[in-house]
Amino acid sequence: MNRNKLSKWFDSSFYIIGFASTLIGLAILAVLIIDILIDGAGRLGWQFFTSYPSRKPEAAGILSAWIGTVWIMVLTALLAVPLGIMAAIQLEEYSKKSWLTNLIEINIANLAGVPSIIYGLLGLGLFVRVMSLERSVISGAATLAILVLPIVILSTREAIRAIPFSIREASYALGATKWQTIRHQVLPAALPGIMTGIILAMSRAVGETAPLITIGALTYVAFLPASPITYEFPFISFQGLFDPFTVLPIQIFNWVSRPQKGFFADAAAGIIVLLIITFLMNAIAVWIRHKHSKKIRW
Amino acid sequence: MSKQIRRLKERLIEGALLLSALFSIFITAGIIAVLFFETFEFFKEVSIIEFLTDTQWTPLFAEKHFGILPLFAGTLLTTLIAVIVAIPIGLTSAIYLSEYASDRVRTAVKPALEILAAIPTVVYGYFALLLVTPALQMIFPDLSGFNALSPGIVMGIMIIPIISSLSEDAMHAVPMGLREGAYALGSTRLQVATRVVVPAAFSGIAASFILGISRAVGETMIVAIAAGQQPRLTMNPFVPVETVTAYIVQVSLGDTPTGTIEYRTIFAVGISLFVVTFGLNMISYWLRKRFREEY
Repeated sequence: MNRNKLSKWFDSSFYIIGFASTLIGLAILAVLIIDILIDGAGRLGWQFFTSYPSRKPEAAGILSAWIGTVWIMVLTALLAVPLGIMAAIQLEEYSKKSWLTNLIEINIANLAGVPSIIYGLLGLGLFVRVMSLERSVISGAATLAILVLPIVILSTREAIRAIPFSIREASYALGATKWQTIRHQVLPAALPGIMTGIILAMSRAVGETAPLITIGALTYVAFLPASPITYEFPFISFQGLFDPFTVLPIQIFNWVSRPQKGFFADAAAGIIVLLIITFLMNAIAVWIRHKHSKKIRW
Repeated sequence: MSKQIRRLKERLIEGALLLSALFSIFITAGIIAVLFFETFEFFKEVSIIEFLTDTQWTPLFAEKHFGILPLFAGTLLTTLIAVIVAIPIGLTSAIYLSEYASDRVRTAVKPALEILAAIPTVVYGYFALLLVTPALQMIFPDLSGFNALSPGIVMGIMIIPIISSLSEDAMHAVPMGLREGAYALGSTRLQVATRVVVPAAFSGIAASFILGISRAVGETMIVAIAAGQQPRLTMNPFVPVETVTAYIVQVSLGDTPTGTIEYRTIFAVGISLFVVTFGLNMISYWLRKRFREEY
């Protein structure tokens, strides 16, 4: 074979190697899902969602785990979303080029790359110890809110940046103030992009395990945080915020690290639930992005 | 009057927005303050020289040694295995997606690969412990149930999408004119990719590698589940090891009282982890910024 032919042969064989490399991740994903379905599908059932963890694998369930996850997710969103959107508006619409703006930008980029367990140490030192919130729901949610804040800020900024300047100019021309322009023109137009970012941030939070273990979320919880709705006046209670908790990924971790084989099926069943939540959130995010990109042509 | 109220309202809103943006700086300050405070207390009892040079890490035993080297060896080993898996596959896939694949394939495959990055790491831990380790034991019979090899490989799979996606972005940004010049000289696609596009996109590709490494260094659940909890100074991938992150999880799971030396160790190793990943992230940020300015 001469050099030219050899080069061509390399070229076409790379086509196959490249295609295989790209698919290998997806193939592994398929193996993982099939394996987990085989291991865990048998444990899924009404009883699995309505039982507390147990010493007997067949009787164990994820009641405390999924309720803990709902608590944590709602609170994390309440804390992180307003703060993240406000920071993004500041950086996109108000900040002038200065050393402070520069510092904030580098800082956010860096925070997005800090390992999640470091956020756990921050939560442990700050919320659990200094603020004496103990190993409570609110400590966990505050920790996760700080963890996802950079994601919310970065994606909101991107959504705001995509809004063409002419829309702002039209609003100013009609006499609107800067904040009115942002509030009534920019934010509504950027909403689909912002929603996508928020959902992706929350899908990250729902699977986080390490930071919550670090702040001391329990691994064996046979009770629920106090219900936020009460039967007596004033019908609402914040007591649950200060109760101990567990979440779905921690429950899975607990079952995986048990020596008894029976718990592996419980772990697999828990993973099925967690993966459905994660995939559903990602699918919704992709769907919003897709729908939006089709609808609007600036 | 109403104009003045409106102006006041705008001012208030602007103040609140500025505070929100500054909050991110408070977070970093908080992380550094918390880590420094406990680490400072830690080094009152343990000398920094022992911490950096002792070859044993046994703070939870009766005879205590505080050498971080075994934990870093565990982190280095698992990260190295992850990198050996992820870089060749990720880069090959990036070249394929950027230079060979049609637009339709690219738009279909990229979001699919991102699913890999969205899977919670505890799931990967299950995968490493209960599927990959037993499979590897069929090839290497002396592989122990907890080892560095299996979580390292699984971590590699996890960071493939980071490397392939970011490298692909960098290659995509290389101007078409460079490729056309090479094609005009009679190059094949592979030659264009390896001799023109990859060198031109090098800083972006390097940034993706470093980001992947940083992710592997900070990864916690996969190693906590599948690598074991035995800190040892070794580069043998077949035996149980413990990484920096897995140690923090191990202590957090126990009931370690506040203010004890055991409690402070997690902050001391945490700050070491923070410094390493911070350095890697800064290099990656700088490289990405540079490649953005180039074209």
